[in-house]
Amino acid sequence: MKVLVGIKSVPAVAGRIALTPDGRAIDTKHLGFAIGPHEECAVEQAVRLIEADGGEAVVVTLGPASALEQLRDALALGMTRAIHLVTDGQEWDPESTTEALLAAIEADEAESGAFDLILLGNEAGDSADYQVAVRLGRALGRPTITALKGLSIAGGVARCEQEVEGGRDVYELTLPAVAAVLEGINLPRFPSVPGRLRAKTKPVATSEPARPAQRLEMLRLVVPQGAAKQAQVLGHGPEAAPAVVGVLRSLGVL
Amino acid sequence: MPPVVVLVTTASGAADEVSLQALTLGRRIAAGGPVHALVLADEAAAAGLGDWGATEVHVARHAAFTRAAPDAAARVLGDLADQVGAAAVLGPGTEAGNTILARVAARAGLPFAANCTALTLGAPTTLTRSRWGGSLLEEAALHADRAIVTTAPHAIAAEPVSGVAAPAPAATVTPFDARLDEADLAVRVVDRVPAAAGGLSLAEAKVVVSGGRGVGSAEGFRPVEELAGLLGAAVGCSRAVTISGWRSHTDQVGQTGTKIAPNLYIAAGISGATQHLAGARGAKKILAINKDAEAPIMAAADYAVIGDLHAILPAISAEIRRARGA
Ligand SMILES: Cc1cc2nc3c(=O)[nH]c(=O)nc-3n(C[C@H](O)[C@H](O)[C@H](O)COP(=O)(O)OP(=O)(O)OC[C@H]3O[C@@H](n4cnc5c(N)ncnc54)[C@H](O)[C@@H]3O)c2cc1C
Ligand SMILES: Nc1ncnc2c1ncn2[C@@H]1O[C@H](COP(=O)(O)O)[C@@H](O)[C@H]1O
Repeated sequence: MKVLVGIKSVPAVAGRIALTPDGRAIDTKHLGFAIGPHEECAVEQAVRLIEADGGEAVVVTLGPASALEQLRDALALGMTRAIHLVTDGQEWDPESTTEALLAAIEADEAESGAFDLILLGNEAGDSADYQVAVRLGRALGRPTITALKGLSIAGGVARCEQEVEGGRDVYELTLPAVAAVLEGINLPRFPSVPGRLRAKTKPVATSEPARPAQRLEMLRLVVPQGAAKQAQVLGHGPEAAPAVVGVLRSLGVL
Repeated sequence: MPPVVVLVTTASGAADEVSLQALTLGRRIAAGGPVHALVLADEAAAAGLGDWGATEVHVARHAAFTRAAPDAAARVLGDLADQVGAAAVLGPGTEAGNTILARVAARAGLPFAANCTALTLGAPTTLTRSRWGGSLLEEAALHADRAIVTTAPHAIAAEPVSGVAAPAPAATVTPFDARLDEADLAVRVVDRVPAAAGGLSLAEAKVVVSGGRGVGSAEGFRPVEELAGLLGAAVGCSRAVTISGWRSHTDQVGQTGTKIAPNLYIAAGISGATQHLAGARGAKKILAINKDAEAPIMAAADYAVIGDLHAILPAISAEIRRARGA
């Protein structure tokens, strides 16, 4: 089994989002970086597949030098090796992201055989373009499915499940295939200390693709003006209970 | 004015709300020009679409469309767009809509913008789209002769035609000749597993009581469940809870969890990260229970109680019982 997982390093925003002065990026002066929850699940799924069947699980990212940290995190969880397509930190639109990933996939497959499965997140944590999986699948001529909440593989066929109104829709895709997963498909493990140590020596191949013209060209970001509220404090500690019940009554929920 | 094509997804004879929102945006950008709606198999949903601005409704009749078949749907939508010379192809920003429109774009070799909240056709087309589950907006230029987009759920209100002008002229309904190859049918639903009859749906609950990392453990959710039981509420949680394995992901509220829209949302031991609040934007009122009076959730909540949730939640439950005379 040869599996590929694509991950994207995004700012670990928590509270209100602050932008850089030019309004073209999130201000990350006081922030770390992370990958989105869907991608954490894609990594977990890939690691489980090679634990069960052997083979290798490759993790790829197109992102700035600092994204090496997210690659190492994935290696610590059990991915075999990494490919880092290094950018200067500018955004790449989903079409050019796909092109860069596609070139890396084709080069890797020419060297060590086709990926049986390419696993991605359903949508990137930040830009949420909902399309890289579909574009990759189309370019590679492989069946592609998105929004997965269940995935199992037997006899060269991937049984894929989506949650829909009233139940689960089941698809059967013949490998090689491309799948985009949703958080909840599994419960990702936490990295172990030996895992972290091993990750330091796992191979990371780097290259620097050129950024083409952007057809979905981000002009600027805007933080929507939510009604800046200040909660009315009903009280401190258990003594606030009668005041809370008063509010529940006034809202008609009691 | 250039023709516009809108994918309208349906369930048992009725268009879904987000598709009607896409149709509303489609009608606006068509500015009096033809608005073609595409319906997959569900004939009964076609007739009413004139009220929402469709001038022509095309029903793709093919056995494949009785269940989801995203490549087949994309093939038909792309063929219709070619046939009418569409300047824009729109669809709902749901999982089904996003995957179909992405496939239309990939087949045509064109860019695609998911979850738009505004769109102006031109050279280039300009648009606003939702990022980070709506916590951030992106203004973008789309460089393409045909704009392929979905509309972010509930960003644009669906507006019936009769509300703005005279009664809508009935849309013509015509069958669309779906030409599908084997390859278009490789990805399609082969089975449907019905859900076990579940409890209260988080997405539809009128009251939701959630716990976050501050709850401390799986057992720590007992007072959360107790209060939820008294209020007839659904139990929710933050991602800190699901990744700790305290509760299942089906309970998670947020950007990568469930979007809720209750009359009251009680969030206990939750800091109020943007990705959590992205799922609670539909809540009419929020009550935060947190030991930190400075937690970010205080800027999103209407009411707050400051202190230890392990003391506060049982006190509220006791007070409700007392008030009910039990
Ligand atoms: C792309 C992306 C998507 C994400 N999607 C989601 C999502 O869908 N849903 C989601 O929830 N998160 C999501 N997250 C994670 C999010 O950023 C936060 O990490 C998470 O919401 C934090 O959960 P929390 O508030 O429970 O924990 P914390 O941030 O640790 O907050 C705990 C709070 O509990 C309070 N507290 C502690 N003890 C007590 C006590 N005894 N009594 C009262 N208060 C107490 C503390 O003061 C604090 O405010 C996402 C992150 C990313 C990067
Ligand atoms: N820069 C990137 N590097 C590697 N994988 C990516 C990148 N951008 C997107 N992906 C993958 O494609 C998925 C969907 O992204 P998107 O279509 O942009 O929402 C993500 O969850 C990742 O798995």
